[in-house]
Amino acid sequence: MPPRLNIVVPVKRVIDFAIKPRINASKNAIETNGVKFSLNPFCEIAVEEAVRLRESSKDLVESITLVSAGSAKAQDTLRSGLALGADKATLIEIPAIDDSKSLELEPLAVAKLLKAFVKKSNANLVIMGKQAIDDDSNQTGQMLAGLLNWSQATNASKVTVDEASGVVTVSREVDGGTETLSAPLPLVITTDLRLNTPRYTKLQDIMKAKKKKTEKVSPEDLGVDISSRLEILSLSEPPKRTGGGKVDSVDALIGKLKELGAI
Amino acid sequence: MPLRPSAIYSLGRMPSRAIHRSLVVSQQRTSFVYERTYRTTAFRRNLSEDESAMLQEPREEDEADVVIVGGGPAGLAAAIRLKQLELERGKEVRVVLLEKASDMGNHTLSGAVIEPRALKELLPDWLEDPPTTLTPVKSNKMRFLTEKYSIPLPEPPQMHNPGNYIASLSEVVKWLAAKAEELGVEVYPGFSVNELLYDQSGAVAGIATNDMGISRAGAPKDNFQRGMEFRAKVTLLAEGCHGSLSKGVIKKYDLRRGKDVQTYGIGLKEVWEVPEENWREGEVLHTMGWPLTSKVYGGGFMYHFGERLVSVGLVVGLDYANPWISPFREFQRMKHHPIYSNVLKNGKCISYGARALNEGGLQSVPKLIFPGGALIGCSAGFVNVPKIKGTHTAMKSGMLAAESAYNAITSDTTNESAIALYDYEDNFKKSWIFEELNEVRNVRPSFHNPLGMYGGILYSGLDTLLLKGRVPWTFHHKASDAASTQPADKFKPIDYPKPDGKLSFDLLTSVARTGTMHDEDEPVHLQVNDWDAHTAATYPKYKGIESRFCPAGVYEYIPDETKKEGVRFQINSQNCIHCKTCDIKVPAQDINWVCPEGGDGPKYMLT
Repeated sequence: MPPRLNIVVPVKRVIDFAIKPRINASKNAIETNGVKFSLNPFCEIAVEEAVRLRESSKDLVESITLVSAGSAKAQDTLRSGLALGADKATLIEIPAIDDSKSLELEPLAVAKLLKAFVKKSNANLVIMGKQAIDDDSNQTGQMLAGLLNWSQATNASKVTVDEASGVVTVSREVDGGTETLSAPLPLVITTDLRLNTPRYTKLQDIMKAKKKKTEKVSPEDLGVDISSRLEILSLSEPPKRTGGGKVDSVDALIGKLKELGAI
Repeated sequence: MPLRPSAIYSLGRMPSRAIHRSLVVSQQRTSFVYERTYRTTAFRRNLSEDESAMLQEPREEDEADVVIVGGGPAGLAAAIRLKQLELERGKEVRVVLLEKASDMGNHTLSGAVIEPRALKELLPDWLEDPPTTLTPVKSNKMRFLTEKYSIPLPEPPQMHNPGNYIASLSEVVKWLAAKAEELGVEVYPGFSVNELLYDQSGAVAGIATNDMGISRAGAPKDNFQRGMEFRAKVTLLAEGCHGSLSKGVIKKYDLRRGKDVQTYGIGLKEVWEVPEENWREGEVLHTMGWPLTSKVYGGGFMYHFGERLVSVGLVVGLDYANPWISPFREFQRMKHHPIYSNVLKNGKCISYGARALNEGGLQSVPKLIFPGGALIGCSAGFVNVPKIKGTHTAMKSGMLAAESAYNAITSDTTNESAIALYDYEDNFKKSWIFEELNEVRNVRPSFHNPLGMYGGILYSGLDTLLLKGRVPWTFHHKASDAASTQPADKFKPIDYPKPDGKLSFDLLTSVARTGTMHDEDEPVHLQVNDWDAHTAATYPKYKGIESRFCPAGVYEYIPDETKKEGVRFQINSQNCIHCKTCDIKVPAQDINWVCPEGGDGPKYMLT
């Protein structure tokens, strides 16, 4: 009996990629007032990949479940994912510290939450974005695989599932070229940019997604402590680029470098 | 010219079923069926049969009672009103609202000082949980600027703002959208509409959303997604100033007959975070004069709102004659005047945007209804120019149209013919919108006089303080903004100062602040039939006016020795912020702005 894939796709709600982020007035976080948020592009690619696996062969995929850890606003993000073709969604609701901000989760906390959720949902495949565009950590997928003690294939640019054996072959782009890995299920795959181009959501699917249910759980339900282990000391913008200068001889160049303390 | 088969270079949006229903009214086939003739010079190619077949695939259909195109104040007010009537009277109506921005409020930009008259009528307890950054007006200042000084001016009574609020209209729209969804309106951001559906009698029968995933050459890409059709009993066009569908409908049904042309202004603004010591909550400042000359209508504004936020901007009437004027650069240099720089210095610019606005007033309001639908909000044009407020009138027009539509839909269900919203047109004439616009109808046109701004100020002063429009004459707008442009050789190029990067900025830095995005591989939505012909027609006479009136750097004339005029016309459609100024001001009127894919365009913040 070919194995059926029970896929969990974790997604994150982030500041839209087209917006220039700004530091807030108190200089301790990024400004979120009035700013547009969307589904993380790598997470979108992950959802698209899960949907394509389902479309590639009948009965291969049993269910696609989305999960997101965040404030209640993340429900919009989950709905976009449902409109792309996922079956159900769960929100791990993180309480707000004060009226506006909810706790910023660290990759390890997210990985622990996901481990508990994945075990609860009996999944055998996790496809997720390689990193979120707000913190660029690129850690959660790897940590999750470690906690679950599953194989991991990160930064995937191509995924194929051999239905008979249940072995997944993943190509990854590395500095020297392309590396191909294969592993049996269960497996964690993190997606890179060139894996696929997500489809446009059809209006009809958005209308259907509004009717799909989103479940809510809390970190306590999953038995996970999500308190931060890191403290942000300060946030600042990168220093402004000052112009360069031109020199007209090698001696002048050496002189300049000595001046700047480079040599 | 014979009609060419649609497969070759027009993405003729005529699915087979609609051909039977569309009415070919006259030889003017092009304007209202939205054939997207993408004849960009570099990237055309013939489509294969498979590709053409994909583009002509029948679309999925759905039905609604009312479809509203455009999710701004007017569209949302209409949607909310319809659902309120449903609650009051019991008969259900399905209301679908489509908005081209990726999220509600993302394409909304305005000063803004809002008169809450319509808001109170629509949602009497709106202040119980108001939109964010809403700030009551505390003080008003009006100044005439010279390069270094500012002279206090008496305010016309319209500019008094008792009970008014400074707000980010983008935030107000988000707030209205949430209210609309609570009431059961289906709100769908991220979907643009370039096509109206017609029935056999030539009446509007609904809309079709744009196909997505088309390449620049016009061929379907891997992620091609056919649009969807919505059949509707009533279609309300709420696209805002100079809407693209509205433009077509006005032409098709000759809605301007007997009315003046619409005249426009361009409004550019930035939102700044300023130091505590420069901020005065609730202060409203309006300025006239510098940097604009006496021949150019317009003025600056600065509003203090939210938490240490300042909204600063400039409106320039698009009837200016001198093609060397760059509204963007006028705005940037205006901020160096002490009255502005004293507030903005050491502050941080967090947002920028621009949009055309209506200035025609009552004389330019077209016939509002057409078979199967109506124009609401700025698509018709209800801005009270001396008050510089149009949100309250836009919302009221949406509410009036909604009432008329609800009555029409729920009353006679046996009648098969298209709905004509006569009540809307009649009620508009009896409403306070009409009264307000009638009172100030002579103010803006009074500026079309040989004394320019001075004559205008004199007459307006008289009219607003004493006469209040109670005169038997009505001034008219004699020429369109495009036609008012004069050749470049009659004027000297203007030497604008370089931006200093602290108070004033260059164009591309500003465009980056709009968050605007369009796919690289998407058809150019600023349609110009032939780029070379356009250059030959426009460049020698106007010397690149497009590169100056566009607030986003879409148009460029690049030096190119191989071309006859020595320059090559280029359209950088990715930069577009959907302001519609080009469609209005280009002298040859050969730029046709259509909606790009849904979700494209700016992502305005706090504007």
